[in-house]
Amino acid sequence: MAGTADRVDPIHQFHIVDLFQIGQIGGMKFAFTNSALFMLIAVALSFLLLYAGSAPRALVPGRFQSVAEEFYSFVHNLVRQVLGEEGKAFFPFIFCLFAFVLFTNFLGLIPYFFTVTSQLVITGTLALFIILMVLVVGLAKHGLKFFGLFVPHGVPIFLLPFISLIEIISFLARPVSLSLRLFGNMLAGHIVLKVFAGFIVSLAGLGFGGWIGAIGPLFMTVAITALEFLVAALQAFVFAVLACVYLKDALHPHH
Amino acid sequence: MATTTEATQPAGGEATATTEVAHGEGHGAFPPFDSSTFPSQILWLAIAFGLLYLLMSRIALPRMASVLDARSDRLTSDIDAANRLKGESDAVAAAYEQALAEARNNASGIAQKARDAAKAEADAKRAEAEASGAAKLADAEAAIVAAKAKAMSGVGAIAADTADAIVKSFAVATATKSEIEQAVKAALAK
Repeated sequence: MAGTADRVDPIHQFHIVDLFQIGQIGGMKFAFTNSALFMLIAVALSFLLLYAGSAPRALVPGRFQSVAEEFYSFVHNLVRQVLGEEGKAFFPFIFCLFAFVLFTNFLGLIPYFFTVTSQLVITGTLALFIILMVLVVGLAKHGLKFFGLFVPHGVPIFLLPFISLIEIISFLARPVSLSLRLFGNMLAGHIVLKVFAGFIVSLAGLGFGGWIGAIGPLFMTVAITALEFLVAALQAFVFAVLACVYLKDALHPHH
Repeated sequence: MATTTEATQPAGGEATATTEVAHGEGHGAFPPFDSSTFPSQILWLAIAFGLLYLLMSRIALPRMASVLDARSDRLTSDIDAANRLKGESDAVAAAYEQALAEARNNASGIAQKARDAAKAEADAKRAEAEASGAAKLADAEAAIVAAKAKAMSGVGAIAADTADAIVKSFAVATATKSEIEQAVKAALAK
C-alpha cells in the first residue's frame, strides 16, 4: 500500500511485517520482521561508526574519527558524571543503549524506513531489562540494604509508611514512564509527520488552489522533520541518562 | 480497522499482498499494541542488542579507548617534556642571571679597590710631600732665625765698632768699649 493511491493512513508505517517465518513455539509465532531488520541495521551502523572511526588511530583526528570519538566521549563522560568510577562496568551497556536508541530513532526518520522505537514492546523490554538490572545489581551489591532506597533519611517516623509507599510506587512507575516516554515521542512524532505530509498530497490533488494550500503543510512537514531530529537525539539521551540515574540507585541506595 | 483495510485492498493490487497478511494476523489492532508480533520483536531485540553489546564491549569500545588513551598519554608525556625543558631553560636563565650579577659585583669590587688604592697612593704621596715641605719650611725658618740671630749679633758688633770708630775719629770724647757696647745695646733695645 503506497499511501499515495488512496487516503494516507498514518498508522500504516507502524505495521510489523514478517519478512520470513522462522517457526512457532507453543502458539507464539517467531519471524524475521521489518523491525528486526532495522534493529540489525542500527547495530551494524553504530558498530561500524565506532569501528571505522577508531581505525585511523590519528593523533589529530579527521572528521569521521572526531565524530566517533565525540560519540564515545559523550557517553563516557555521562557515565562517569552520574555513576562515578565504579560505574565503569556499566559503560558498555549504557553506550549500547544510547547507540541503539539513537540509531533506531534516526533510521526511522528516513522515508520508508521502519521506526523500531515506535514499538511499545521494544521500549518496554528495554526499560524492564534496565529495571531488572537495577534490582539485580542493587541486591547483589547491598543485599537487603538495597531496599533502604525506599526509606529516605530524615523523614518523621509517622510519615515513613506513606513516603515509602510513594517511593515504591515511583520505583515501579520507572519502567512504565521510561518506555512510554520514548514510545510516545516516536509514535506521535511520526504520526504528526505523516498527517502533515498527507495533507500535502491530498491538497495537491485538488488542482492549482490545492497547490497553493499545500505550501502550509509543506513548511510544517519540514519544521516537524527538524523537530523530530531533535526529539530523536534528545530521547536517546534521556533514555541513557535515566538508565544511568536508575543504575546509580543500585550502586548507592542511600542518597 | 479491518473493514477499512479490506476496502482499500483491491485498489492496492499486488503491492498489498504482504501487508494483507500482516493486517490479517494483527486482527486490525493498533500495530504497536498487536501482541502477536511481540515474541518476534523481543527475540530479535535480544539478538540485536546482545550482538551490539558483544561487538561494542569486546571490539569497538576497547579500540576507541586505546586510541583516546594513546592520545592522552602522548599529550601528558609531551606536556611533561615541555615542562621539563622549560624548567631546564629557566635554570639556565637563572644561572646566567646569577653569573651576570656576580660579574657585576666583581667589576664594581675591582673598580672600588682600584679607586681605593689610587686614593691611598695619592694620599700617601700628598702626606709625604706635605711632610717634606714642612721639614724644608722648618729648616728654612731655622736657617732664617739663625741668620737673623747671627745678623742681629753681628749688627751689635758692627754698630759698636762703627760707633767706636766714629768716636775715635772724632776724638772728642773717649769712651770705653764697654760703655759703647752698653749704649749700643740700649739703642738697639729702643
